[in-house]
Amino acid sequence: MVAVTPLLTTRRLSKSFGGLRAVHLVDFTLPEGQIRALIGPNGAGKTTFVGLLCGRLSADDGEIRFLGEDVTRLPAHQRIRRGMAYTFQITSIFARLTLLENVALALRRRLHGKSAQVRAEAMRALEQVGLAGRAAQIAGDLSYGHQRLLEIAMGLAQAPRLLILDEPTQGLADSEIDDFKALIGAVAGQTTILLIEHNMDVVMQTAQFITVMDGGQVLAEGTPEAVKANAAVQAAYLGTA
Amino acid sequence: MSETAKSLAFHGAVVALLVALHFALPAYHHGNLARIMVLAVYAMGFNVLFGYSGLLSLGHAMFFAAGMYGLGLPMQHLGLAAAPALLCGVLAALALGAAVGFLALRTTGVAFMIVTLMFSQAVFLTILYFGEYTRGDEGFVIAQASRAIAGVDLSDSANRYFAALAIFAVGLAVTLRLIHTPFGRVLIAIRENEERTRMLGYDVFAHKLGAVVASAALSGLSGAAYALLFGYAGATFASVQYSIFPLLWVLLGGAGTIIGPFIGTVFMFYLIDISSGLTSAYMLIAGAVLVALTLFARQGLVGELRRRVMPWLP
Repeated sequence: MVAVTPLLTTRRLSKSFGGLRAVHLVDFTLPEGQIRALIGPNGAGKTTFVGLLCGRLSADDGEIRFLGEDVTRLPAHQRIRRGMAYTFQITSIFARLTLLENVALALRRRLHGKSAQVRAEAMRALEQVGLAGRAAQIAGDLSYGHQRLLEIAMGLAQAPRLLILDEPTQGLADSEIDDFKALIGAVAGQTTILLIEHNMDVVMQTAQFITVMDGGQVLAEGTPEAVKANAAVQAAYLGTA
Repeated sequence: MSETAKSLAFHGAVVALLVALHFALPAYHHGNLARIMVLAVYAMGFNVLFGYSGLLSLGHAMFFAAGMYGLGLPMQHLGLAAAPALLCGVLAALALGAAVGFLALRTTGVAFMIVTLMFSQAVFLTILYFGEYTRGDEGFVIAQASRAIAGVDLSDSANRYFAALAIFAVGLAVTLRLIHTPFGRVLIAIRENEERTRMLGYDVFAHKLGAVVASAALSGLSGAAYALLFGYAGATFASVQYSIFPLLWVLLGGAGTIIGPFIGTVFMFYLIDISSGLTSAYMLIAGAVLVALTLFARQGLVGELRRRVMPWLP
């Protein structure tokens, strides 16, 4: 591999729930600018792993370094301030507020509340996902697919160094998935993306590199082609014909 | 007209109406309204925490009492003048809010309700314990001669009315401004979805603590003004009953609305006033009306108004 400064690394990262080793001794390196997919069967520990990265869960053991700094013990909001953004697996928006206010909340911390600028950038983020025409609507009235897009707009609005997307295409219609792939293509290069995804079409078309997890551990890593060809991965996850 | 302009015009009109009522109301209702305006500031303070931040405290009487005794004790025992005593009352409530908030906010939901209730009971019992200074349940009267600011005698009914109105207007302006600041927007975000707010990089604990302090300071302002304008401080104002009142006022008027706490206070005050003139079982009437309102106007009076006809109301 080319020697690039990694944006994020973990060393022997571990988390157990009772007797279950959800994440076990994971060493993981993510270079800046990459679109990385994290795949694996249900219960492989993917959501737990990204939960540890962004601070929703605290690690039992191991270390997380982000931008060269040890963030293992930092609370979630301080990691977000250092440039992580997280979109939830189960849509989590401000359902009773307008779309504009949803995105504005994602922006204000960075822009220190300058209202004209917040408004302009919020509209720009909504345009990126094709929701600008609905800016004044109440977020809870949107269709499920549109709510997912709003959540991604909130992620992008934070201008993160690392954008973590937890199953962003879950429950989307085919046409919406196409829009999502186009969106990822458009923001590629601006930010590093860590994508948990079950839809293999999306993974193969958007990811530059894939990490496969199983049983709380990293099973394999490689380019989409290499992972596709990996027999262990096929057995564990992709299913062999 | 923009929503902001509409809102400013509306709340300005409420204040103008209250000025006009000074000249129109008979003495009895004039006195009631002065009392209601001061108590409404207490409800507004409660609303900052409950209506806008989604935190239900069952111990707000401690902040009202902190304002009341923060003003009353130094006036009574140290001969402090009314104006600095008023400031002292607000600061006492603010400091108590910071201390209680720092501890109580380690809990959430039902536990937060219980912890605030317990702290409030501790304050109530402390007031009784130091009965030598506080005169306990019996309370003490604040000498009429000392109840003046800049030569204006606040025991005079007209002066008292306008002092109450001034404090009411301050409460209205502060809460209206607060919810439009980035800080206030984050409080609303916490109310709506705390986890999402945290994952947008906001320090949820610090914002909640700020909300408790602001809420306590407004409640303390109300308590201090009440003691100053009506010349009395007593332990009853620190009892559980006075923690439940602002909850009822805010629920009736409309949680998370600016004018709701005032409307709720007026409504509750006159509900009891009128029904107690009709029967000695007036709490039965009050109870029935409260049940009806909870069934048919769940968002409170102003909340329903906003839902049906005035969606721009903040």
